[in-house]
Amino acid sequence: MLHVAVATRTFRRYATYRAATLSGIFTNSVFGIIYSYAYLALWDANPSAGGYDSQDAVTYVWLGQALLMTIALWGGGTTDDLAERIRSGDVAIDLYRPVGLVGWYLASDLGRAAYHLLTRGFGPTLIGLVVFDISLPGSVLDAGAFAVSLVLAVIVSFAIRFLVASTAFWLLDQSGVKVMSGAFAIFISGMMLPLVLFPGWLGTLANALPWASYVQVPADIWLGKRQGTDLLAALGFQVMWAVVLIAACHGVLRLATRKVVVQGG
Amino acid sequence: MASPGPAQHLRTYGQIAWLWIRAAWQYPTSFVLLAVGNGLITGLDFVGLWIMFSHLSRLDGFTLHEVALLYGSASLALAVADTAIGSVERIGTYIRTGRLDQMMTKPVPLLVQVCADQFTLRRLGRLTQAAVVFGWACTYVDWTPLRVLVAVSMLVSGALVFFGLFVGFSCIQFWTTDATEFANAFTYGGATVTQYPLSIFPREVMVGLTFVIPVAFVNWYPCLYLLGRSDPFGTPDAFQFASPVAGILTMAAALLVWRTGVRHYTSTGS
Repeated sequence: MLHVAVATRTFRRYATYRAATLSGIFTNSVFGIIYSYAYLALWDANPSAGGYDSQDAVTYVWLGQALLMTIALWGGGTTDDLAERIRSGDVAIDLYRPVGLVGWYLASDLGRAAYHLLTRGFGPTLIGLVVFDISLPGSVLDAGAFAVSLVLAVIVSFAIRFLVASTAFWLLDQSGVKVMSGAFAIFISGMMLPLVLFPGWLGTLANALPWASYVQVPADIWLGKRQGTDLLAALGFQVMWAVVLIAACHGVLRLATRKVVVQGG
Repeated sequence: MASPGPAQHLRTYGQIAWLWIRAAWQYPTSFVLLAVGNGLITGLDFVGLWIMFSHLSRLDGFTLHEVALLYGSASLALAVADTAIGSVERIGTYIRTGRLDQMMTKPVPLLVQVCADQFTLRRLGRLTQAAVVFGWACTYVDWTPLRVLVAVSMLVSGALVFFGLFVGFSCIQFWTTDATEFANAFTYGGATVTQYPLSIFPREVMVGLTFVIPVAFVNWYPCLYLLGRSDPFGTPDAFQFASPVAGILTMAAALLVWRTGVRHYTSTGS
């Protein structure tokens, strides 16, 4: 119940900035259009690259734009608040609250993700539907699995961002690590180019890392590329990384509270 | 007393920038990681293009070297503009927090202060990466004296166009302070659009990028000349030499918008 309250309040906090949301939707759509034409040119030259056809490819572009903010691919989200509170020392107050720190910030981030999905997710998707011939999920099952996959994607991404923010316990400032991890995530998640195009060992590696659950896995479910047991394997992959990474968050937090002296105000 | 000239402004800009470099160095780990991270972002960008070319030999008739020339020149122009005046994007924050009011009381032009504020060398990463790709692509160009001249004018004009876009679109924040992302569609969007041969886009996009948001002059038209290609859209050859005009016009328009914005500005009182 408490966590629901935390999530709804974060949702409302983000909902305050309407102009920011509108300009964000506009920007996502511009990038969506640019990448769509780039991919169309690619698939025009090689009509079956990576096992996608050109409609799959364009759909993939718009899914990526819709997920960019929802998954917080560049980093940030509510873990930025945490990093700032570590830097200022306010995290001491969070630590003696009778609620777990990870659960609190996760709830908050899910609230943020819900807001970004409704606005920055649906907005560009509508534009994509109007301007380009993008495909919708083939069945109710695929649509449902996509929704589950999306929540898992946010949890995996949250855990990684939480770990990045935690570096502030040691470095005081997370921004360097954040930029690095954001750049890496954009590339290795399939946001920049679908992982199905990555050649050889690079493709195998990228598909095994947690970042694959950001964009590639949900997109493949949407496109109907994962069916039957393969669909279960896709969701299982995300659950596995979510469990491992959230456990890592708890571990790092324990280390940090034992080793690090909280900054005095 | 003579009013201070542009040289004086440049000196002030340098002094403020130096202050911020020393401040950033207080967190050395972050400083280094930010520089490397920025190089990495753009580096991976190019790896993306390279992976694309592992699935095809020509993108709309352009080889990897030719696309690298387009990519490198646009990236270099953006990096120069972004390093020098990227801070202007944060003007909405300055308005919200009241810092703009403080700046207005100081005897240095507002634009100089805003651009030099929180100056960061971390974009050196991007600058280096762009220079490397551009240098590599240049080895495939069949150079003549005129082509060298066009290449130099391309880089300078490209930076001017991006200067103009950064300043001009950031001015929207004088009217609405939380719409920073809107400008990204034109600045970073412009940089992304110019990574590809413009011919992959429909004709309307080409017209828009030539006459409205003139990023086509950042690299497309001059690169056509460097590569000895004729324009697939059939625009006049004169466009291939017109980049400086586009740069100066964009810059002038941006300064005009900036002046209007500053006049319109009323303090939030905070």
